[in-house]
Amino acid sequence: MKPVTQHKIEKLERLAASTAEPGGVSLLRDASRRLARNPVAIVGAVIVLLFILVAALAPVIAPHDPVARYAELTRELTVDNIPGAQAGFPFGSDPLGRDFLSRLVYGSRQTLFVGVVATALGLAVGIALGTSAGAFPGRLGKWLDLGIMRVTDVMLALPSLLLAVTLVAVVARPSQWTVIVAVALVNVPIFARLLRGSMLAQRESDHVLAARALGVRQGAIVLRHILPNSVGPVIVQATLTFGTAIIEAAALSFLGLGDPDINRAEWGQMLGVDGVRYLEVRPELAYYPAIAIIIVALGFTLLGEAMREALDPKNRR
Amino acid sequence: MLRVVVRRLLQMVVTLIALSALIFVWLRSLPGGPVEALLGERATPERRALLTKALGYDQPIWVQYGKFLERVVTGNFGNSIRSGDSVAATIGRAFPATIELSVAALIIAVGIGIPLGYLAARHRGRILDNVIVVGTLLGIAIPIFFLGYLLKDQLTQGLHWFPPSGRQSVGIDATRVTGFFVLDGLLTREFDAAADALWHLILPAVTLATIPLAVITRITRGSVLEVLGEDYVRTAEAKGLRTRTIRGRHVLRNALLPVTTTIGLQTGALLGGAILTERVYNWGGLGSLISDSITGSRDYPVLQALILLAAFVFVVINLIVDLSYALIDPRVRVG
Repeated sequence: MKPVTQHKIEKLERLAASTAEPGGVSLLRDASRRLARNPVAIVGAVIVLLFILVAALAPVIAPHDPVARYAELTRELTVDNIPGAQAGFPFGSDPLGRDFLSRLVYGSRQTLFVGVVATALGLAVGIALGTSAGAFPGRLGKWLDLGIMRVTDVMLALPSLLLAVTLVAVVARPSQWTVIVAVALVNVPIFARLLRGSMLAQRESDHVLAARALGVRQGAIVLRHILPNSVGPVIVQATLTFGTAIIEAAALSFLGLGDPDINRAEWGQMLGVDGVRYLEVRPELAYYPAIAIIIVALGFTLLGEAMREALDPKNRR
Repeated sequence: MLRVVVRRLLQMVVTLIALSALIFVWLRSLPGGPVEALLGERATPERRALLTKALGYDQPIWVQYGKFLERVVTGNFGNSIRSGDSVAATIGRAFPATIELSVAALIIAVGIGIPLGYLAARHRGRILDNVIVVGTLLGIAIPIFFLGYLLKDQLTQGLHWFPPSGRQSVGIDATRVTGFFVLDGLLTREFDAAADALWHLILPAVTLATIPLAVITRITRGSVLEVLGEDYVRTAEAKGLRTRTIRGRHVLRNALLPVTTTIGLQTGALLGGAILTERVYNWGGLGSLISDSITGSRDYPVLQALILLAAFVFVVINLIVDLSYALIDPRVRVG
């Protein structure tokens, strides 16, 4: 009797693991196909790609050294007069007599770096916490879940910007790393909760119930049935987070808690420090980095939203 | 229901105590702590030791924490390092300003966001919908302190439509009752003062409302779209119910559930936005206090009290949202 049952179980398990659709197009493949046809996704992806391209090719694109001060620019430079566009310097000077265009171009590098590292760090910690919280049934799992959720509760008990400010404010000397860690930590509870929530929903779903009824081991259920079906929202959130991360970094700079290195160019810092300080002298110092931030944030948002839509099984055909 | 409320309250207290402990340890354990903040980096070791002892920082951390909790319960947060005033009084003065600003921002965000989101959903795929959706995306993508400066620069410098900063014009001598300037003006029938305060309130409120407005609009739109596709709406249509009944009773009521949560979350997040907005408009509320207390040498007693207060407000708002959920949605029995 046993071999037959075993055989049945294996067969049913295969069935449970495969998607319901005949022809067996995976959700992921289906989603990417729909993504490629969605104009919103294309616009988002083009923006993101251009951004990465500018960052990668910054030394080629930038006409000047972003750190050097140029005599042509410093000659007439005062607090009330920051030279504008002139021959060789199409965007004019920054408040220290450096080439503003080159700093904008190089700024994409640091902005990308801050956004990517902060998001990746938040994502990694968030996934670890969320999986631990959402994976295990039973008494032990319940306690683990409760403990982790209380930790996220404490972190979520502060508005995100205030949490970031708190994290940076106590450090005697802010650096780019305090900014990155603060922005990352702010997003940890969001990722953790999101993953846990969707794992819990998956845990109660019919296909998991079926797998459990068939006697599939708990570890396999979590790794093969629950987690893959739950990460969609988290990946979407990570894409969206990138946009907010660079905006949060800009806000920290504005509050005087940003990267204090005046040589390193980063859009948030350019906008939040010099941009607003010299708004009445040369508004471009604020406008250009602001526009750059808005476009990039928009690109990641568009891409994220399109991914969310594509991954929603309701939109499958 | 009562049992749920009690349990949630207990949970809230635990969260707050945990947070207070974390903040307490965090603010003390890192370099550049309170002593350095008071004396500056170049103080002699003797003076440092003296102050450390005077402030009680030489005692074990749990003793310090116990004393701190005792003071929190009695509302005594010590004195501001910067001004020397009591922290409680400093915060008390700034509190109404932020509440007034937040309420105004919330009224704008909810009052415009829900109709706008509903409108977009009803016109799905058409120009109006696209314009609204693009608008919400921009609202989320724009750094609000930049938007604040932009509005201020454009509408106060050249056009003089609005005052650039502060809560009232110089020379207005209004009677203070509640500390909410607009409300005060109405209560005391000093309508010129109320109008002046309202005039000052508009730009900061619009700036602060940007993100919640965008988020609420998006969520409302998505939620209405989802509900419109539900079977029970089709059933209601098939039954021949009047369009008004369907929209009011079936669509809106169900669609507003996720919106309630969003409004709650955004209300809590307003304090974060207020840090930026109040700095731009020199508003003088809690947000200004926070950004002042972290500029230059840190004002730890003020910062510590503000963080706890913010957490308290935030947690209470979240609790209210959760409980109101149970009232609106009979399916949810919180627990």
